Amino acid sequence: MTRYVLKRLVLLPVLLFLFSVTVFAIVQAPPGDFLTTYVATLASSGSSISAEQIEALRREYGLDRPIWVQYLRWMQNLLTGNLGLSLEYQRPNAELIGERLVLTVVLALFAFAITWIVAIPAGIYSAMHPRSALDYLLTVLNYIGVATPNFMLALVLMWGAFAYFGLSVTGLFSPDYVEAPWSAARVVDLLKHIWLPAVVLGVAGTARLTRVMRANLLDELNKPYVTTARAKGLPEWRLVLRYPARIALNPLVSTIGWYLPLLFSGSLIVATVMNLPNIGPLLLRALINQDMYLAGSILLIYCFLTILGTLISDILLAWLDPRIRLDEG
Amino acid sequence: MTARPPAVAPETAEDRISVASNWRLVWWRFRKHRLALLSALVLLALYGVVLFPDFVSTQDPEATDARLAFIPVQRLHLFDGARLSPWVPAVAGKRNPTTLRMEWGVDGSRKTPVRFFVTGYSYRLLGIVPAQLHLLGTAATDGRERLYLLGTDRLGRDQWSRLVHGTRTSMTIGLTAVTFSVVLGVMLGGISGYFGGVADVVIQRLIELLQSLPTIPIWLALTAALPRDWSPQQVFFAITVILSLVGWTTLGREVRGRFLALREEDFVLAAELAGASRPRIIVRHMVPTFLSHIIASSTLAIPAMIISETSLSFLGLGIRPPAISWGVLLQEAQNIQTVALAPWLLIPGLVVILSVLAFNLVGDGLRDAADPYSQ
Repeated sequence: MTRYVLKRLVLLPVLLFLFSVTVFAIVQAPPGDFLTTYVATLASSGSSISAEQIEALRREYGLDRPIWVQYLRWMQNLLTGNLGLSLEYQRPNAELIGERLVLTVVLALFAFAITWIVAIPAGIYSAMHPRSALDYLLTVLNYIGVATPNFMLALVLMWGAFAYFGLSVTGLFSPDYVEAPWSAARVVDLLKHIWLPAVVLGVAGTARLTRVMRANLLDELNKPYVTTARAKGLPEWRLVLRYPARIALNPLVSTIGWYLPLLFSGSLIVATVMNLPNIGPLLLRALINQDMYLAGSILLIYCFLTILGTLISDILLAWLDPRIRLDEG
Repeated sequence: MTARPPAVAPETAEDRISVASNWRLVWWRFRKHRLALLSALVLLALYGVVLFPDFVSTQDPEATDARLAFIPVQRLHLFDGARLSPWVPAVAGKRNPTTLRMEWGVDGSRKTPVRFFVTGYSYRLLGIVPAQLHLLGTAATDGRERLYLLGTDRLGRDQWSRLVHGTRTSMTIGLTAVTFSVVLGVMLGGISGYFGGVADVVIQRLIELLQSLPTIPIWLALTAALPRDWSPQQVFFAITVILSLVGWTTLGREVRGRFLALREEDFVLAAELAGASRPRIIVRHMVPTFLSHIIASSTLAIPAMIISETSLSFLGLGIRPPAISWGVLLQEAQNIQTVALAPWLLIPGLVVILSVLAFNLVGDGLRDAADPYSQ
């Protein structure tokens, strides 16, 4: 077990290195650089900047150097824990990203919790009462849940709250707490706001998970050991929860690997629509303004979160299922 | 089925099944799935719209008229009294003296008759044949009475016509992106599974690498990198490529697994012993055995592509105006105050859900029918 985890941890830097090259290539790709965009913005607002000043800025940010030098400089900074300076905000990237990153992870975990808390009981109920009215209703809801893009769901909820209750359900904090330092009251305020975006983010996953759970459990319920247990007079609920439900859960654990990363990147769209103080909207802005070190750092963080999510699920699976451990040695 | 020569005319259902071809069995099985069949009809209708968008539109999707902004949906009535004669209530606008906004109401005294196959703005059928014929329109030809089946947006553009054109872009993107993915997936997965060795290792590592990328952020970065001065066609093409970049990996894995399993089968060995070349074995003997599975999986992959395109365009990084797609249309609904004023701007979202639902149901039906010999 330890060896398996260690092997995966050794691979982590290799993957991150490959991703850092890819990410840098992508954020470098657009024609022009941040300064071209910056000059264009200045020009559209009526002010201008001299060619010498632009050249000076370009030298200062190292934008005049060859691409590989820029990459090495970026890497060197990253390795010493320095995420660089945002060209647009003129503030350290670490400062910009810090709290937003925490909120991104918290939101994804909330959505994840909601998914499992809703999907597992729903799946078990559907499998125990196949073809019942509630089963059909759940099936229909599942199909619609999978088919709805989550920005669409966010829009509809925001519109409903605004049109019928006069509420604005954007953001993660009440106005009083947006800039406030962390305190118990701020956490409570966050909890009051976070559930709606978490539900929006988790709907598609909940629908998918319910269907998988139902199918897995239905397969198990036909097995002879269930009939035996039933013949011995075990109450149905206890019987189902004790044996088949646990077996049906096993394959679901392996889906955490792709589901958690999906939540991290999925929150990007929800966050943009609902105006959440997340790293998503920050990335979007950075990409549009070609603030390349900020965009690159955020992309790399997404990569890191994705790898981490996969790693956690692989370890969970190896821990739950001894066969995998033996295979991988 | 009835036109078979009498010598082999099957008498019972069992006989019929034993002589039917693989594809016929798949069809019979698929046919039993009522919802899937219905969804297939919905998709056919949508692709009909894709082929003839201008014929279905009632107005030029680009025609703007700020005075006609935010006209609500006109309900189409099929019967006038007892007579089949479709009409819509006429709308009348009044400017609100305090907000200075046009407020549209139904003018109960007037009915705008709706006619089929009317002459309207000119377009090119399939991009070639000049035409002026439209499915629906008002009887008046002077353009004073107009039809707003789904209302208008903030620039007074007819949403029905824009939705029809958006359907063309979005449905085509889904299909082409999946076609790209299938070609890449079958080729690379096939090489990986059939030849094994170094090629297999390289391709498998590549798939793992691509699959551990965070898709949405990377897509955003890639689409943001597209030059601003590209034509809509170039952007369209680039986005399909970007979407299929990750899409092929799942299919590639599946195809590889099938190849690995089939490689050991007796019929492949028999073909090899009979002297068939490798490409012939792959194309003639191996691919047909899992073609139905590939079709089912790719049908199930289309909705994900459609949702991705819609989300990217909605964020302003996918298809860009003046090109129209579902995501571009939904951009109009980004502002909640606007939506509260004009809820019909959310209708394109319903069409997205409908099409994704239809693709999922057809895909499920195909998957169940793909292996007609299983029970």
